[in-house]
Amino acid sequence: MTGNTEWPLWEVFVRARRGLTHTHAGSLHAPDAELALRNARDLYTRRGEGISLWVVPSAAITASSPDEKDPFFEPAGDKPYRHPTFYEIPEGVQHL
Amino acid sequence: MTAPATKPQAAPAALALADDALVLAQRLGEWAGHAPVLEEDVALANIALDLLGQARVLYTLLGDEDELAYLREERAFRNAQLVEQPNGDFAHTIARQLYFSTYHHLLHTQLATTPAPDAATEDTTAPDIRALAAKAAKETAYHREHAELWTLRLGDGTPESHHRMQRAIDTLWRYTGELFQDLDGLQLDLHTLESNWHTAITDTLTQATLTVPESPRTSAWTAGAGRQGLHTETFGRMLAEMQHLHRSHPGASW
Amino acid sequence: MATATVDHATAFDAAVAADERIEPRDWMPDAYRATLVRQIAQHAHSEIIGMQPEANWITRAPSLRRKAILIAKVQDEAGHGLYLYSAAETLGTSRDELLDKLHTGRQKYSSIFNYPTLTWADVGAIGWLVDGAAITNQVPLCRCSYGPYARAMVRICKEESFHQRQGYESLLALSRGTPAQHAMAQDAVDRWWWPSLMMFGPPDDASAHSAQSMAWKIKRHSNDDLRQRFVDICVPQAESLGLTLPDPDLVWNESRGHHDFGPIDWTEFQQVLKGNGPCNEQRITQRRTAHDEGAWVREAAAAHAAKHRSSTSNGSDSSGSGSGSTSQGEESA
Repeated sequence: MTGNTEWPLWEVFVRARRGLTHTHAGSLHAPDAELALRNARDLYTRRGEGISLWVVPSAAITASSPDEKDPFFEPAGDKPYRHPTFYEIPEGVQHL
Repeated sequence: MTAPATKPQAAPAALALADDALVLAQRLGEWAGHAPVLEEDVALANIALDLLGQARVLYTLLGDEDELAYLREERAFRNAQLVEQPNGDFAHTIARQLYFSTYHHLLHTQLATTPAPDAATEDTTAPDIRALAAKAAKETAYHREHAELWTLRLGDGTPESHHRMQRAIDTLWRYTGELFQDLDGLQLDLHTLESNWHTAITDTLTQATLTVPESPRTSAWTAGAGRQGLHTETFGRMLAEMQHLHRSHPGASW
Repeated sequence: MATATVDHATAFDAAVAADERIEPRDWMPDAYRATLVRQIAQHAHSEIIGMQPEANWITRAPSLRRKAILIAKVQDEAGHGLYLYSAAETLGTSRDELLDKLHTGRQKYSSIFNYPTLTWADVGAIGWLVDGAAITNQVPLCRCSYGPYARAMVRICKEESFHQRQGYESLLALSRGTPAQHAMAQDAVDRWWWPSLMMFGPPDDASAHSAQSMAWKIKRHSNDDLRQRFVDICVPQAESLGLTLPDPDLVWNESRGHHDFGPIDWTEFQQVLKGNGPCNEQRITQRRTAHDEGAWVREAAAAHAAKHRSSTSNGSDSSGSGSGSTSQGEESA
């Protein structure tokens, strides 16, 4: 009857160095947040890969569905005016 | 036939500290591939590597690290008997870690932060030991926290884990007094060290719903024994395994 | 309903054809999922079982430097197993299920680990040949069509190169050492060479899963191609080591631009695969024992977490490694 004691899954985010955001590094199992953090330290920063860690219960993540990809992300694809390269500026104009 | 690698009276403090670290690393190394969960295989290996690193730096202060590790007989080792105790079950290993890493952390913190009252009476390696202590204090803080986290989980987990943890705490208690013996050539405030250790252990055990043992922390046999080269039966076997290959090829390099 | 599946299948095929990655929540054919679970699980199991033959020498490593290297290497293997189990879990299979299948023999691990490490030189030979073969196999997997597997492999391959180099260096020290050490190194290479070649799997014409896996871009090169690449890499490395490879037919073939090598004893391969290798029973028993004896620990931690769940996020401050391990709220400041 050990099947129901599997430790929950946690997602690990590592900040490689100051000035960078935390980036998803992988996941691990741990019984609680404290051990998740310790395990993440041992597993994902053995070679000095990070200076800060987040652990988040995988179950706490709400993800967009790939099936909703079009309604979710396509509307952003036809608004090139949100990007600076959309605009033509006369040659010689500086600091823009 | 095998000559001791260094003069017996040379820098016993560095030797004792190095032997503590090596012997515990050797014990923790036995866990590889046997831990209760893969994450702990990784964690125990990390601790073993820190300790091995500390041992190597300390041995290098005294001579050739491999001669010191591989060519001394049992009686020349100055580690405390606590660290040579067999791994037992996971509770046993955690109890040994709790007792030792709490001492180890407090010791290194004191060495790193408190200057020797009378440096002239210290051994020539003492400044190096104190310099190493700053790094070791950080590493041992992690070891200590690992042991505390697990003591809480095993003590306050299931009835079985509580029983196993209490048994381990009781069994190893008698080896803890030796940790507060003088280390030759190194000035320490042992009184403060021991009282801080006792307070910290009491706090952790209490929080873990475990009972602090009331039995003596030393016996006639354990008092100072490891530090004077007297060890328990299993130690000779451990050394035989550790040293056999190296000794089978005299003069070889690896 | 039927059209929806067809659309999905078309999208999947198009993504694979365009060398895009398939991600966990994407639709994928059941057989693709099953193939990945089987392959990633086998790979993870191999890392975990693979700890044993090398851990066999941790307590006896002949110098403190070698001891530290070996502990770090075996630790990496546990880590690699963890990365891979995580990748498999994104396909909807829990680690417990996978471990259970390993323990009951329903999933396999690489047969190479059913050979014993009889001397210290075996640790070096494993690093050079077994890890070398593994890297040859694994580098193409960094471009595997399944995202989580490919990402795990990127991480693993980076770390594996340390494994191979330390193995080579260790063998070199033995080869250049005393006559007894040299003989130890040669003996190890003699025993590990052929099993390493078998690690690439059966010949292409006898490989059950190869064609489909190639089409799905789970696999990028055929077994025989990778095996040939490995042989070609090893021959000059063996020369530099001052050791010979135990194959009288090994010779440079100018017209092919490759080394020819002798026939592989696939009967032995099949026998070891079927469980008749020298260490099959021992390896799986140790794994099962570690798991069973650890059950009370895992249960205790789960019970403790359940008792204290209400009071978890107290941000219990711990100085520890000094790595700035602040808790979740950091970014909101």
